[in-house]
Amino acid sequence: MTRLARHPMILLGGLILAVVVIASAAAPWLTSADPLKPSFARRLTPPQGLGGAAHPLGTDNLGRDILARVLHGGRLSLVLAASAVALAAGVGVLVGLAAGLIGGRLDDLVMRLADVQLAFPVIMLAIAIVAVVGTSATALVGVLALSGWVLYARTVRAAVLTIRETDYVEAARTLGAGNVRLIARHILPNTLAPILVLASSQFATMVLLESGLSFLGLGLQPPQPSWGLMLAEGRDYLSNAWWLATVPGLAISLVVLGANLLGDGLRDLLDPRLRQ
Amino acid sequence: MRAYLLRRLWQSAVTLVGVSILVFVILRVIPGDPAKMLLPEGAPPSAVEALNRHLGLREPLWVQYAIFLRSVVRGDFGQSFQYRSPALRVVVERVPATIQLTLAAMALTVLAGVPLGIVAAVRQRSAWDYASTVVAVLGQSLPNFWLGIMLVLLFGVTLRWLPTSGFGGWLSLVLPSVTLAAFPTALVARLTRSSLLEILGQEYIRTGRAKGLGEPRVVLRHALRNAMIPLLTVLGLQIGTLLGGAVITESIFAWPGMGKLVVDAIFFRDFPVVQTILILSATIFVVINLVVDLLYTVLDPRIRYG
Repeated sequence: MTRLARHPMILLGGLILAVVVIASAAAPWLTSADPLKPSFARRLTPPQGLGGAAHPLGTDNLGRDILARVLHGGRLSLVLAASAVALAAGVGVLVGLAAGLIGGRLDDLVMRLADVQLAFPVIMLAIAIVAVVGTSATALVGVLALSGWVLYARTVRAAVLTIRETDYVEAARTLGAGNVRLIARHILPNTLAPILVLASSQFATMVLLESGLSFLGLGLQPPQPSWGLMLAEGRDYLSNAWWLATVPGLAISLVVLGANLLGDGLRDLLDPRLRQ
Repeated sequence: MRAYLLRRLWQSAVTLVGVSILVFVILRVIPGDPAKMLLPEGAPPSAVEALNRHLGLREPLWVQYAIFLRSVVRGDFGQSFQYRSPALRVVVERVPATIQLTLAAMALTVLAGVPLGIVAAVRQRSAWDYASTVVAVLGQSLPNFWLGIMLVLLFGVTLRWLPTSGFGGWLSLVLPSVTLAAFPTALVARLTRSSLLEILGQEYIRTGRAKGLGEPRVVLRHALRNAMIPLLTVLGLQIGTLLGGAVITESIFAWPGMGKLVVDAIFFRDFPVVQTILILSATIFVVINLVVDLLYTVLDPRIRYG
């Protein structure tokens, strides 16, 4: 705990993320407004305190409550990003373990595949794949995970290659430990720290990528309250209703900021080489 | 050195073949019938079938790939479904706009990111350091599509100083390049800081100070030069990020480059254009990485690959 206190970035980042997660999870209790139901009489109402009433963050071009849409949108964005990170980490760790332990042709193949994938700008690859598989939530998670597994695979593979040669693994092997036991007891625990750091930074990337795709019309589809989609819709109303585009962007920035701070803080805490 | 060069060239070639396979596979699995989109509404099925045959879309996949690879090597990427002219020409026409935007963003990144990092490192734990860290953290957290829109709102809609979108004149370049540069600038600032801090702690820097060199000379001539080496790799990798970022930035500002073209082409299912852009940007990325790796050995004589 005292170690944690010396890393204010972890606390601040964790706090920001916790607030957003709790607010999104509690959306139905925080606001009674319907995020989907249009009300044309209330189109483009400014936020409360700026001339609007009854809508704390105003309403959008269809008269939907923006607070409700941001909170419910948070549920979508956070769940999608978290699932994508989990899937990417799961696949990446397995592939990395296999490549590191089995080696040979499999290792070559996996590493070449990673090279090929990294040669594409992530967003272009994602755009191309979304065009193939469509814009369902499942497809979106798949695309995001596909863009993220390489990081874990490379990290775990490198860790396996180093750890495999250490004396304690040699000792465990001599004492008769099988592959499964070696992985579970000796190798995985030693790769946990970098994986954790990667995952929290990648969460930020995933939120950005998901909202970026939705912004371009290639992610979640209307009328879903996706942050990226809300931004895209708000673009057309910049001159007379600035809050439409401003609010969802703030929400995205907040999550990304929180995850970045957490990731950086964890790296400082867990990676002794970078500690000052 | 020669062996290393050959190995890197071979690796890059293998990567590019992989790129072509991946692009081909992705785009051939796309549902939706391009022939239907090319023909007028209500065209007879026989006409659709004939056009699909003409476009080679009814051959087995591996035949299609062989044909595809042979043409790609010849520089023939097929006809754009949307523009009815060679896809390569359609894409190449858009390249200058993207290069202009990317170079402007790259220049901003270096001109803003490096000094920010230097100030933060030289005045470690000062207000400058914290200010530079805050700028860097914000730069990495603000989504570029939102930053772009907010810049339009402030400088285009409210203050009316700069054009909100479009292409033409230097002024129209300002907002898109700032939008595109924000993320890499933050990255470069942080990297310059950490890399410089590490080097400022080295013996030879102390020697330089001890023999009476002024601080600016120590930092700029002796430390920065070495700090630039890791930065070079990151800048090289950032070209890929910039090309990707250009997709969104160009869409926001209606900038007529490759990024906007690829989004439009996806909506139109214009395969040849999409695959040309994917292959072109991956090739640019692979070549730049190769060059950066080779430059590395020139800049840091300690690195010698066997």
